[in-house]
Amino acid sequence: MSIAAVNTASAHLATDRRFRLRKLIERVAVGGMVCCTAVTVSLLWIILGYVVYRGGKAVNWELLTALPTPPGDPGGGIANALVGSLIIVALGALMAVPISLGAAIFVNEFPSPRLGKSVRFLAEVLTGVPSIVVGLFAYALIVQPTGSFSGFSGSVAYAFIMVPIVMISTHEALRRVPSHLREASLALGIPVWRTILWVVLPIASRALLTGILLAVARALGEAAPMLFTAFGNPFWNLDPSKPMATVPHLIYTYATGPYTDWHDKAWAASFVLLIVVLITSMLTRAALRSKADE
Amino acid sequence: MKPELQAVSQSSLGSISAALDWLLPRQPGSVRLGDRFFHLLVRMCSVFIIMLALLLVGDLFRGSWEAIEYFGLGFLVGTTWDPVTQEFGSLPPAVGTLIKSTIALIIAVPISIGSAVFIAFYIPRGWRTLVSYPIELLAGIPSIIFGLWGLFIMVPVIRTIQVWLKANFGWIPFLDGPAVYGVGVLAGGMMLAIMITPIITAISRDILLTVPRTQVEALLALGATKWEAIWKVVLPYARTGLIGAVILGLGRSIGETMAVTMVGGNNFDLPHTLFDPIHSMASMIASEFAEATYSLYVSSLIYMGLVLFGITLIISLLAQLLIWRLSKGEFAILD
Repeated sequence: MSIAAVNTASAHLATDRRFRLRKLIERVAVGGMVCCTAVTVSLLWIILGYVVYRGGKAVNWELLTALPTPPGDPGGGIANALVGSLIIVALGALMAVPISLGAAIFVNEFPSPRLGKSVRFLAEVLTGVPSIVVGLFAYALIVQPTGSFSGFSGSVAYAFIMVPIVMISTHEALRRVPSHLREASLALGIPVWRTILWVVLPIASRALLTGILLAVARALGEAAPMLFTAFGNPFWNLDPSKPMATVPHLIYTYATGPYTDWHDKAWAASFVLLIVVLITSMLTRAALRSKADE
Repeated sequence: MKPELQAVSQSSLGSISAALDWLLPRQPGSVRLGDRFFHLLVRMCSVFIIMLALLLVGDLFRGSWEAIEYFGLGFLVGTTWDPVTQEFGSLPPAVGTLIKSTIALIIAVPISIGSAVFIAFYIPRGWRTLVSYPIELLAGIPSIIFGLWGLFIMVPVIRTIQVWLKANFGWIPFLDGPAVYGVGVLAGGMMLAIMITPIITAISRDILLTVPRTQVEALLALGATKWEAIWKVVLPYARTGLIGAVILGLGRSIGETMAVTMVGGNNFDLPHTLFDPIHSMASMIASEFAEATYSLYVSSLIYMGLVLFGITLIISLLAQLLIWRLSKGEFAILD
């Protein structure tokens, strides 16, 4: 056997060993990543499973339609919190949506080098403000001067949470409207403002609506700002100038309370809240995805 | 019409139009009154959002002014919280926030980045949604539901683990704590890890998908394995954005309130072990506010909120800048 052949063979062996090692590293890395993904995905099913299991057992018609009984007494429901959440979030959306939509229109349709970009950047930053801080803000702004907790102050807090989310999602929706449609309208001599209101907004309407819904769903689940704004209320109340009950705040109160009956109701209320939030989220994503496919 | 009259009417018209120009600035390409009015309207909306942000800051300062005047910056390093003697300091909850968030990041970052790489590069395109969809849904679940689940399902499990750890490894100083509570530093950190994992995963995946495929393919063509291509090219390429995603997750975990209030133990003392129940800044505000009976007490809690806001603001700014510089760049004003 010549020296050259031996050299080739040993070189081949070394390459082969290195290649196998590299293959092994690849396998280990992929295995690790599969485990990571499995953990992340299974988290949803575990949490979802428990809420459906514990909440599904406890949820019934009485729970959705009746008022709370005195603490510890079985029976009763969370109707006041359901209605309270709806009123407070609706009021908040009424405040947040026009302003955010206007700002989104400004940023997208009237290009301005400084203001537009700053507003969009600010909105991105505002989404990072902790909801408890938003609650303190609404407390110092509304509750302290008026001297009482109120559903309205809760709406202000929710509005503050919704503004940046609505602004960003509606801006993205407007960005996706092709500019030739605007140009066609303008070429017909239609003023810019009518073009925006009658052409651009209708075209983007589905994406706009899903963006707003997403913000509403996000606000519906926020408990922290309600602690010192809407404050909670065990009685039936439709007057936003008085303290009101909300579903997430009720879950907190009931879950940290001492009665098993309360715990069951907390699971049931979570079940209801989760269904609302998940359905909104799924609808939103379905709408956005089909839009993206077009 | 007489010439002088015409001149007068023209000059008055001129001044009206000048006033209008001042009130409703002319836009290039459009002189219609409707357009100018509409432009002013939406411009006001934009300005309103800026005002809102300023109002938030001003309002927090106003609410906490009494405490700021009384304690000054000493509040930040104070270690007593005594409503009876009116002495307040925010160091222990700040430390609590820091420790819990650190634990959360240690657990969540590897898992999130691992999942994100797997979703972005290994799963076939058709299957990708099937896996990333649940993660996106998980990111949308309200924190109060995480808290409820954590309190009734996770805490008992953690209690068992803690008791076992203490029995077998109790000689390690930071494991020699009150294990039987279940709620505490470890539970809070785990809860936060569970909550920020889907967020970091979703953002990292989006960032990894922006890495040009040609970069990967070039290395594959040179004979690299897929993992080598990812390790040597993709991760360095996406590094800035991934750091941004992690910082965004950190910001979320620092501001997180309800779930941490429910499983963190809420005790105002500096922790010595992994099992000690401890407040975070957010849980402190949430649970003490109802008991705040006099104005300095309330003001101190708002002061703590202001500090929390400052921290999250810095983190959020940092994350946005990092992510923007990489992904779109279109809105980066500080390039």
